[in-house]
Amino acid sequence: MDVIIENLPAYVDGFLRTLFLSVVSGIFALIFGTLLAAARVSPIAALRGFSMTYVEIVRNTPLTIAFFFAAVVLPRLGVTFQQFEVAAIIALSAYTSAFIAEAVRSGVNSVPVGQAEAARSIGMKFSQVLTLIILPQALRTVIPPLINILIALVKNSSVAGAFYVLELFGYGRQLANAHGDAVLWVLVGVAFFYLLITVPLGYLANLVERKVAIAR
Amino acid sequence: MTSVLYDVPGPKARRVSLIGSIVGAVAIAGLLWWAVSILAAQGIFEPERWAVFQIPEVWVLIGNGIIATLSAAALAAVIAFPLGLVLCLMRISDVAWIRIPTRIVLEFLRGMPVVLMMFFVLLVFATAPFAAVVAGLVLYNSAIFAEIIRAGIQSLPKGQREAGLAIGLTSFASRRSIELPQAIRRMLPSLVAQLVVLLKDTSLGYIVSYEELLRKVQIMADFLGPDYLFPVFFVAAAIYIAINFSVSRLAIWIEKRGSKKAAGGVVHVPVAEIPVK
Amino acid sequence: MMAFLTRRKSLLVAASAALALSLSACGGSTSSSNPPVAEKPSFAADSTMAKLSSADKIIIGTKFDQPLFGQKGLDGKPIGFDVEIGKLIAAKLGIAADKIEWVETVSANREQFIKQGRVDLIVATYTINDKRKTEVDFAGPYYEAGQALMVNKDNTSITKPEDVKGKNVCSVTGSTPAATIVEKYGAVLVPAATYSACLEPLRNKQVEAITTDNVILAGFVAKEPDAFKLASDQTFTKEPYGIGLKKDDTAFRMWINDQLEAFDKDGSYKKAWEDTAGTVIKTAPALPTIDRY
Repeated sequence: MDVIIENLPAYVDGFLRTLFLSVVSGIFALIFGTLLAAARVSPIAALRGFSMTYVEIVRNTPLTIAFFFAAVVLPRLGVTFQQFEVAAIIALSAYTSAFIAEAVRSGVNSVPVGQAEAARSIGMKFSQVLTLIILPQALRTVIPPLINILIALVKNSSVAGAFYVLELFGYGRQLANAHGDAVLWVLVGVAFFYLLITVPLGYLANLVERKVAIAR
Repeated sequence: MTSVLYDVPGPKARRVSLIGSIVGAVAIAGLLWWAVSILAAQGIFEPERWAVFQIPEVWVLIGNGIIATLSAAALAAVIAFPLGLVLCLMRISDVAWIRIPTRIVLEFLRGMPVVLMMFFVLLVFATAPFAAVVAGLVLYNSAIFAEIIRAGIQSLPKGQREAGLAIGLTSFASRRSIELPQAIRRMLPSLVAQLVVLLKDTSLGYIVSYEELLRKVQIMADFLGPDYLFPVFFVAAAIYIAINFSVSRLAIWIEKRGSKKAAGGVVHVPVAEIPVK
Repeated sequence: MMAFLTRRKSLLVAASAALALSLSACGGSTSSSNPPVAEKPSFAADSTMAKLSSADKIIIGTKFDQPLFGQKGLDGKPIGFDVEIGKLIAAKLGIAADKIEWVETVSANREQFIKQGRVDLIVATYTINDKRKTEVDFAGPYYEAGQALMVNKDNTSITKPEDVKGKNVCSVTGSTPAATIVEKYGAVLVPAATYSACLEPLRNKQVEAITTDNVILAGFVAKEPDAFKLASDQTFTKEPYGIGLKKDDTAFRMWINDQLEAFDKDGSYKKAWEDTAGTVIKTAPALPTIDRY
């Protein structure tokens, strides 16, 4: 137990790094994922094809491989960065956006057909139908699954610890090495800080889900 | 099939769409070409780097890696599913002192990174890496399986359980012989989809030094030297995608088949329950 | 058709040549050595030696990704100096090299593996220090390494550890060298899963240096002399490598110490070095003074 208190600064630093990675990647992934979902239902065949291929490939790739590409292959292409957080954010947002795209798409499908038909019958274009009618309604049903994807993102950020970023899990490994006699408590500490993010998010998801269920 | 979101495109829209498609395709092709040419300039596509795949030992290693990956995934799945079933029944039990602790445990398991659980088992119980990987996967996935099955049970019409209880079945008997069979059948696509997740997560074994495909490839690249890093990793990535893609297809096939056969059809999980990773 | 066949053949030749080259560069030999096995050695009853000897089986932990010391080859068997030392000790127990079970031990789990009896011995670039001595016992040291820095060939700005203050330095998460470079010299740590994973960031100039024991770095430099170099021949710490075993098994520890000295006398210590790390690091080490605490 003492080991957690003694190393509190390390835990807090790791926690903040994890939080930072999750928030920034989460924002990028939300934007890119929504665009992908819009492309998936758009009238332009090439966009649909691109979106589908991207989502299929990324969903079937292990995250570790995605990290390898971002941290090792990209620099070879001339995209170098001194901060490895950049690689982690690229990998995490590229990976997460595929899941977000799928969630948003199924949200779009959940909006009753009549809504789109009504919108079109009053002369709206595709972009208007999507942004004014479908997405705002879809978003309501999509929020709980989106939160779950973000929880997964927080947990996935732990992979960055093996790819040059010292975040919560990386600190955990470091402390576990330094305190071979108190490994149990070191890892309990790490778990606590992860739960500090994931459990409240989980409750939020449940709460929103119940609200949405009543509203429907 | 036309979408409800937009009109059937007329000649002008079709032309615009075609031009857009061509421009997009050219842009993507250009980007790929740029990446490939930079890599080629570094000699990555030179034949002798890829000739490493003509060495039988390399394929033996890759084969062993695939077996290690699949065996960890298979064992974990076989343990996690029944465990998930039990956890699910406990989670929806009528008895509060079973239901509430189970719920806490499930929340805990779902909120933890899988790799942390593997690491925990590896260090605290000092197990072999294989056991750590399997244990980590079982802990996490049994919780997810439990949640998926629970979602399936809740998606059943209330009448199913009421009828079961009305003909004198105990609560447990109704769950077992009426609700579970329907729920599992309905949730089959999600359960298979979760298998893909499980399969992908075996690659986290890399971090706890379990010699699955990725780790084998890493060791091989270390041994052969940096020239072979890229070829070996490209092949590993391709193998992963191929395996996962096949399992995903299986999920889709089951979904199609199920929608014809299963009473009430398969259900798309309320997306909230779709586990990600 | 003919042309195709010849092309394929030439590729195959290129492949085996490349492999042979990389093998020699690794300093590992493909044919693993088999030191002469002691016949029916006798030990005091109930001693660990007697138990292992009569079981004709020993489990030794080593690293699988440490060039020159313990690295797994394509045939699945580890090679390197640590591995040779392990084999020599096993041979003195009357256990042939093919009866040894090799287990990968990484920095994080070495003490745990010994404590839980998952390995009988650990020979894994395992630095002896007082903190570890409270949990496990060490025979040896059998080698003394020291921490050093490796930089790109064209780097002239880093020659001593003080030069890395505020700069990105790659090392393995949780390793002692990583802690030293941060706490004593103020570097910014870029943690990697293995030392070899540090090579790409260095090549891409995302980190200025890699730090760990000089012998490990020497292995990388030997592989790619055109890309990397050691920042200096001087080391800035002392890392005596010991053989880890269960705490308070003094008889076993003293017995191993005796064997190490015997290896030094009969030349097998020197041969083990020359067959492995010695192919790259030309200065042969003298066996350090054994620490019989």
